[in-house]
This record gives sequence, structure tokens and C-alpha cells, in this order.
Amino acid sequence: MSQRPKIPSWNVLGLLPAQLIMLLTLIIPVGIIILVSFSTRGPYGGFDYVFTTAPYKQILFNEGWSGELEFNPQYLIVVARTVILSLATTIICLALSFPVAYFISLQKTSAKMLLIYLVTLPFWVSMIVRVYSWIIILGNDGVIAKTLRALGLGENMGSLLFTDTAMLIGLVYSYIPLMILPVFASIEKLDPALVEASHDLYGSRLTTLRRVILPLCRPGMAAGAILVFVPCLGAVLEPVLLGGGKTMMMGNLIQLQFGAARNWPLGAAISIVLMCAVMIFLLWRGIQAMRKEGREEGA
Amino acid sequence: MDMSRPAQHKKAVEIKDVSKAFGNFQALKPVSFDIYENEFFTLLGPSGCGKTTLLRMIAGFEQPSTGEIALRGTNIQALPPHKRRVNTVFQSYALFPHMTLEQNIAFGLENLGWPKERRTARVADMLRLVHMEKFAGRKPQQLSGGQRQRIALARALAPEPEVLLLDEPLSALDLKLRQAMRDELRTLQRQTGITFVFVTHDQEEALDMSDRICVLGDGEIQQLGTPADIYEEPSNRFVADFIGETNFLDAEVISLDGDRATVSIPLGVTLNAPQKQAAMGSRAIMSIRPEKISLSSQDGQITTEGTIVGANYLGGYTHYVVDANGTQLRVSKRNSQSRDRTLEVGQSVKLSFAAESARILGA
Repeated sequence: MSQRPKIPSWNVLGLLPAQLIMLLTLIIPVGIIILVSFSTRGPYGGFDYVFTTAPYKQILFNEGWSGELEFNPQYLIVVARTVILSLATTIICLALSFPVAYFISLQKTSAKMLLIYLVTLPFWVSMIVRVYSWIIILGNDGVIAKTLRALGLGENMGSLLFTDTAMLIGLVYSYIPLMILPVFASIEKLDPALVEASHDLYGSRLTTLRRVILPLCRPGMAAGAILVFVPCLGAVLEPVLLGGGKTMMMGNLIQLQFGAARNWPLGAAISIVLMCAVMIFLLWRGIQAMRKEGREEGA
Repeated sequence: MDMSRPAQHKKAVEIKDVSKAFGNFQALKPVSFDIYENEFFTLLGPSGCGKTTLLRMIAGFEQPSTGEIALRGTNIQALPPHKRRVNTVFQSYALFPHMTLEQNIAFGLENLGWPKERRTARVADMLRLVHMEKFAGRKPQQLSGGQRQRIALARALAPEPEVLLLDEPLSALDLKLRQAMRDELRTLQRQTGITFVFVTHDQEEALDMSDRICVLGDGEIQQLGTPADIYEEPSNRFVADFIGETNFLDAEVISLDGDRATVSIPLGVTLNAPQKQAAMGSRAIMSIRPEKISLSSQDGQITTEGTIVGANYLGGYTHYVVDANGTQLRVSKRNSQSRDRTLEVGQSVKLSFAAESARILGA
């Protein structure tokens, strides 16, 4: 029987720098946020460390003058909008990425490198600049509106800017590279012989796509979905610039509480709720993936 | 005479003037031949000879640059791969990793629209045929190479193709398994009665399994015939060299008489032997197989003397290298008795062979 080599206990010290960074940049700050979320709002912003669960109650309820709780859906609406917009972004990114990634994978190696470079090119430009450019495109005097007007269409079309649609366009634009790259990677890994085998076994193009290519690219699409969905939940820029601050997402709500509203404990509480939601989602995906692997090994 | 292929056999595949060029590279020069129903037909050649290209054109993965391919008399030129009644066993097997073995085998049947009961019955039959019924619910990753090979066969045979194409299916297996799979493939072909078109670069495999072999080299047909035809009557130097082992001796053509030629060879003798493509006044070669030379003098045979310069004992056979008059000859001697004496290096021996065993070929 082979035995695992014994690792001297002092070897663990080698991990110390990494652990230190994790502690300083993740665990302590999250701890502080948790602390703040259970604190009382200070009279002029900030917080006083007096334990209370009020910030969490505030997410769902208004507290009347006499202390009675009254259901208040306004934050829930923001949460719902955030989830719906994030889901929509993820789905649109998926639908657009697959053909793009497939097209890239069919090119010669040199063209492939160039196209992948082009996909990642936006990352070299500041996010703010990129999102700002959409104001010019979508605005009242923007490219789209002017073109439509010149064509005699959309005379009475309102501005696209500062709508949920604009936010959605901005979100898709910002996060689609994060979907294209993993989907491309999974298509690249696909054995071309499998596609030929499907055709050989009387599978039409559609059958081959549906029963062979898509199922085998599922891991890449799942990875891409997480990479898009999770940052979407915390998006701040797109709602501010393209939603015009009229419609909020959770990121803006949190920002607002720490900023103008001066309600740090509420902002902290919403942050913690958002973080927990993401963690539960990822945990659920992880368990699913583990179960699937277990099934395959155990079969 | 080709006894195993009576004339009344119907044509399964007709290849007419088919050629293939990739850009400026001519992968296959125009070739024409027929493959008959119920035949184990082998495309044999070194890598890059165009054999896989030819197979892929029958399957429909490549389009011929010129010429036509017909399947059971119908031109299939315009049909995409999924509309051709041929199935392929891929070199890498190409089993779908996300499907169970049953699902893999049923895939083709589903696409053909077989009803469920018939499908289930066929999948069970196929698993039984390849002795894998216990593994039905497994995934391909859980199988060994040989088992994957069997499932790939079952999957390709399940839809009852008119022709089964096999692209070097044994090359990924180890030697022992390869030997066993040869017999299994041959048995499967007889049991199912389906035409097999088998691609390989392994001449031993080809000789062992095939009804007929098409030897391809440099993008053209070098010879087409039964294994015995090809081994015993090679039509040119390429075939004689590629199939089995042989000795080549420079030969000077003295006279030509139809399919026989009189030549003089460097062993200092003149002989009259069957010839192909030799011409008066031009260089020719004589090919003689190592096992056709005996290490003793025989009456009525070409006899010469030589010295043993190398001996390799291989169990059933001993391979000698003999220097005769400055020409090195490979001689294979069967060890027909237990503890047959191995001849020593440096020993003088007599060599003899029948002129009828030699072949004169154009160089």
C-alpha cells in the first residue's frame, strides 16, 4: 500500500502570507461589515456600537412612530429587479456568446488569437469610459435615435437612455466577455470526431447541436453564467449611468445607504444579505456539481 | 483466380475517378475501384497515402475534388454524412462521453426514427453481440480501450448500415488485445454480413483479415487483390517492399517474353522468372522473400554460396543475414525441430531458391 508522504507540520507556515492577506483583506473587513449591520445608526451618519437587529428588519418593514412594524416592499422591489436584470443579462449573454465562441473556434489559429484578443480588448479600457460611451449611443441625440429619425422611424420614440432596457444593454455589454471566454474554452476542448460521429449516426445539424455540442459545452456555460450573474448582482455603474439613477439595483442601494442616506447599518445589512444570497447560490451549484460527479463515478 | 469473389457479387461501393486535393497538395490522384457486398475490404498504405481521405469521402466528411462515389448503385455525391447509410468506427472511437453505452448505441436509431421497442431490442442485441450486456448503464470513461472499441463497433453496426467504415480501429490497442480484436472483427463481419471497409497501415493486420486489399501509396493505387495476390505477386517495388519483408537485387534485363523475363543478377547467375513492368535496356530489380531462400543446395534451383554475417533467433524462426558475393540477403529459416542448431556468424553456407519464387519488377 502506498502511503501519502507525511507533510511536516511547520510546512503549513508556508501558507502564512496568503492567509495573512485573506485575513486582512477579506475576513476582517467582512467581520466589520457584519458588526456594523448589527449596530445602531449614529445621529450624524456612521454607527454606534449598540447591538440591534433593526437594520435587518428595516429591509422588509417600516417602523412606525410607536414601534409597530409595517411591511414595506420598496427594498424587495430593488432586490427583485436586481435578480431579474441579472438573470436576463446572463441568459442574453449565453445566447449571444455561443455563436460568437463557436465562430471563433472554427477559425485558423492565428485568426483565433486575434479574435480572442478583440473579445478581451474592452478590459483594457476603463469600465466608466466604456459604459459612458453607451450614453452617446443611446441618448436622445445618440447614434440610434438619429439613425431611426433619419429613416423616418421612431419619430415619437422616447429616449432609450435611462430605462431598464438601457441598463440591460449596458450589463450585457459589460459582462459578455466573461461568458465568451469560458464557452470558447469548452468548445475548443470538444473533440471534432464527436461532431462527426453524430453526423455519421444520422444526426442532423440541429440534432448534433442539441444532443452533442450543447451538452458537452455545459460546464463552460455554467462557469460563464456564474462569472456573469454574480458581478451583475452587485453592479453599480450601469444603473447610475444608463438607468439615470431612476431605477436602482442592489449595488446602488448599498452605495446610497453609505453615502447620501447616511444609514451605514442598513447598507451593511443589505450587503450581508446580498453576500449570503450569492454564497447560497454558489454552494447549491457546487453541491449539484459534486453530486453529478459522484453519480458518474459510482455508476 | 479470385475464388472468394464470384462475379455475381453486387457492388456495394463504386469509386469512379475520385481524387482529392487540399489546396496545392494532391492527397489522392484519381482512383477507381469497386467494393463488393459482404466483403472485408482493406485500404492499406503508409501514413499520408490518402487512405483515410478516401474513407472520409465515402462517409461524406470530405468532398472529392473530382469523380463520383456510388453506394449500392446510387450516386451519394450530394448527400450530407447524416443521409448516407454508412457508419464509421472512428480511430479515437468518438463515443459520446455524456451518454451511457445504451444511449450511445441508441443514438443512431433515434435519429432514424425507430420506435422505442424496436430500438431497445436492437440495443440489447448489439450489446450481446459484442459481449458487453453487463455494462449497458455505464459511461464510456469507465471502460477500458478494448471495451470502448466494442461499443464503438456496436454503435456503428446498430443502424444496419449498408457499409461499415473502420478508420484504424485497432491502432490504439495494445498488441495482445489487437490480435484478439482481429479475430473478433472478422467474426462480426461474417455474422452480420455487412460490407466492411477497413483502413490500416499495418500490413499484417490487412493480410490477416481482408478478403481483398487495396494498397495505396503516394496518393494512388499500387495494387488491388487478395492477400495472397499481393504478397506473392506484388506488382511493383512499392508493394513488394511495403507488404512483408523482401530482398531486392539489381537486375539487368537480358530478354523479355510476355510476363517472364531473363535477367542477370549480382550473384553471378542468370535466371528466367515472372516479371511485371520490366523493360529491355532499363534497370530492373529482383524481389525474393526471405522465407523462399533455403540454406542448403537444392537440385534444379538457383544456388550460390555465402557467409553468415548476422543471426536473430526469434523462437519460431531464425532470421539470418547472408553475404553472397558482396550482396547482403535476408534469409528466414523455420526452426522446425526442437533445438534446431543455429548457424554461427562467419560460417559458410549454400543458398538456393527457385526461380519461380523470384519476381522481376520495373525499378
